[in-house]
Amino acid sequence: MALEVLLVEDSPGDVRLTREAFRAANEAVRLHVATDGVDAMAFLNREGAYSDAPRPDLTLLDLNMPKMDGREVLSRIKGDEVLRSIPTVVLTTSTAEEDIAKSYELHANCYFSKPVGLEAFEELVSSINSFLLVTAKLPGQGNADASDTQEQGPEGIGK
Amino acid sequence: MPLQILLVEDNPGDRRLTQEAFRDINPLIRVYVAHDGAEAMAFLRHEGAQAAAPRPDLILLDLNMPKMDGRDVLARIKEDEDLEDIPTIVLTSSEAEADIVKSYQLGANCYLCKPMHFDAFYSLMKSLNDFWLTRVKLHADDREVGQKASLGRGLPTAETNFSP
Repeated sequence: MALEVLLVEDSPGDVRLTREAFRAANEAVRLHVATDGVDAMAFLNREGAYSDAPRPDLTLLDLNMPKMDGREVLSRIKGDEVLRSIPTVVLTTSTAEEDIAKSYELHANCYFSKPVGLEAFEELVSSINSFLLVTAKLPGQGNADASDTQEQGPEGIGK
Repeated sequence: MPLQILLVEDNPGDRRLTQEAFRDINPLIRVYVAHDGAEAMAFLRHEGAQAAAPRPDLILLDLNMPKMDGRDVLARIKEDEDLEDIPTIVLTSSEAEADIVKSYQLGANCYLCKPMHFDAFYSLMKSLNDFWLTRVKLHADDREVGQKASLGRGLPTAETNFSP
């Protein structure tokens, strides 16, 4: 099953790097790109040219962008009843404590600073893929009939 | 302590496995344990016997627990201005879609299913350590305290400076 990832990023260079890194990491990922916050909100709300846009399994969000910046996008996603359950990860060059703190306050699912260097960037994308898309359970990946599963830990060490 | 995790888990077996896994994976992690949701909230709000409880860098939260369940704890954390920014990861045996969606809606930072076998559980804890405690940027103020503390632990003369 395809994994829909929305990348919100204004730098064409970073878009290209991210696309190539996902291509190497996981063939099931379909990367969609919004180049600013307004574009991202149109995609998420399926407005205009985006009427057929899929609901992303994961959103990767830059902070500093023209028109509408990432903080505003984050606040709109997490303030929206329908969109808030989409895991939204900040991916930015900023390492400012203020940006980290603010992003978590706005309920970013996690925060990464873009590493310098191609290899480090590829490693980061690969680890985002393996942890957030493969290891973690995302909405849509659960068992619809398992709403009352009995708690059972590793090796069935039970209560 | 460099990195402090609050584990909210009512199952003694799972508590023990998690503690042992982290002790082995990253000795710099200190795991605090709350046995149910009410205890977790007391820890986070420094109530009663928990007056000196540290602010955790990360919370691992079970969903199905007595007294106050994980959904309720999650809602309270994410509605509290002082607590909402603490990364909170659901760690449960439930694979129910309703639980996954509800957890993300309530503001869970991530949702993990407990694997059935110990080896898989151990490697999940290892991935969690590598991802959340190494790659992800957590609050710099917490991290700085951690780095100072870890420096202090390496210098016998400074040891006493870091006692509570």
